[in-house]
Amino acid sequence: MKRHLRFLLPLVIFLILAAFLGRGLLLNPREVPSPLIDRPAPEFELSRLHNPNLNFSTQEMKGKVWLLNVWASWCVSCRVEHPLLVQLSRDNIVPIIGLDYKDRRSDALAWLDDLGDPYLFSVMDKDGRVGMDYGVYGVPETYVIDKQGIIRYKQIGPVSPGSLQNTILPLVRELQKA
Amino acid sequence: MMSRAFIFLICSLFVFSAAQGKEATLMAEDPVVEARMLDLAKNLRCLVCQNQSLAGSDSDFANDLRREMRDMIDRGMSDQEIIEFMVERFGDFILFNPPVKLTTVLLWFGPLLLLAIGAITLIRVLRRRRQLSEKPLSDDDHRRAAALLKNEKDGESIV
Repeated sequence: MKRHLRFLLPLVIFLILAAFLGRGLLLNPREVPSPLIDRPAPEFELSRLHNPNLNFSTQEMKGKVWLLNVWASWCVSCRVEHPLLVQLSRDNIVPIIGLDYKDRRSDALAWLDDLGDPYLFSVMDKDGRVGMDYGVYGVPETYVIDKQGIIRYKQIGPVSPGSLQNTILPLVRELQKA
Repeated sequence: MMSRAFIFLICSLFVFSAAQGKEATLMAEDPVVEARMLDLAKNLRCLVCQNQSLAGSDSDFANDLRREMRDMIDRGMSDQEIIEFMVERFGDFILFNPPVKLTTVLLWFGPLLLLAIGAITLIRVLRRRRQLSEKPLSDDDHRRAAALLKNEKDGESIV
């Protein structure tokens, strides 16, 4: 019996290795886990897209659960998620604030006119400094921020119907109750 | 008709190349700053291209971070502070050299562990083999050996 076990050992080790490597193959290397999860959202103050004379500061959102959606008119995959965001804003569940990332104001305004504006308002991050503080590396990105201003979730890449229904909305509801 | 399509094609090529053309990549005026920045950037991963370093990539992401690093050097930040700035925002993944942590212990010391397991197994196998060969022959073994040797002498045809 003991002899058999010894010959099985390499097989067991192989299976464990195969399981780990297989898991590694299935992970998406583009989705780098953000170190900002469960940490305070970096504070910023930027001027609004539609009304540049008006500033927005993250302080104003204290006490509310909100989404920060990083977008740009030059961003192709932003078009993919946009209808979902428009629908979400109609449902009036959670305020979405847009961070218009490294964009030209006229382009951004035309883009929203064309595709609909799901945002409570958007702010302009012209040189991408605020984006850098948020660790943005692939637009679009969406952050769920809780009442205390803590980042609870980060969606890298376009929001999909699945991630919205299964992850983002349940999390938002839970945070709103807290 | 043909020629019109051809002209259109040629024109569209120019439009494309114009769109692709980028302004010359900015560089720090001070070559010392630029060299220090590149030295740091070599060990940082470009998260967009992933297998290129921030020094070697021409993506907007890398350009932005290089600009930021030049600014940080100008502001007198140390190399350590600059690396911390990157890790705080983009995580350990941005480092080509992962830090030794509880979660990376296996990554760093796993190969050594495997080597140790292999060495211990090898020593044990060799020791057991020596023990087997050192076991004295029994009377029975002697008798069988003698019989075999005798056969060989008699016949010399055994081979």
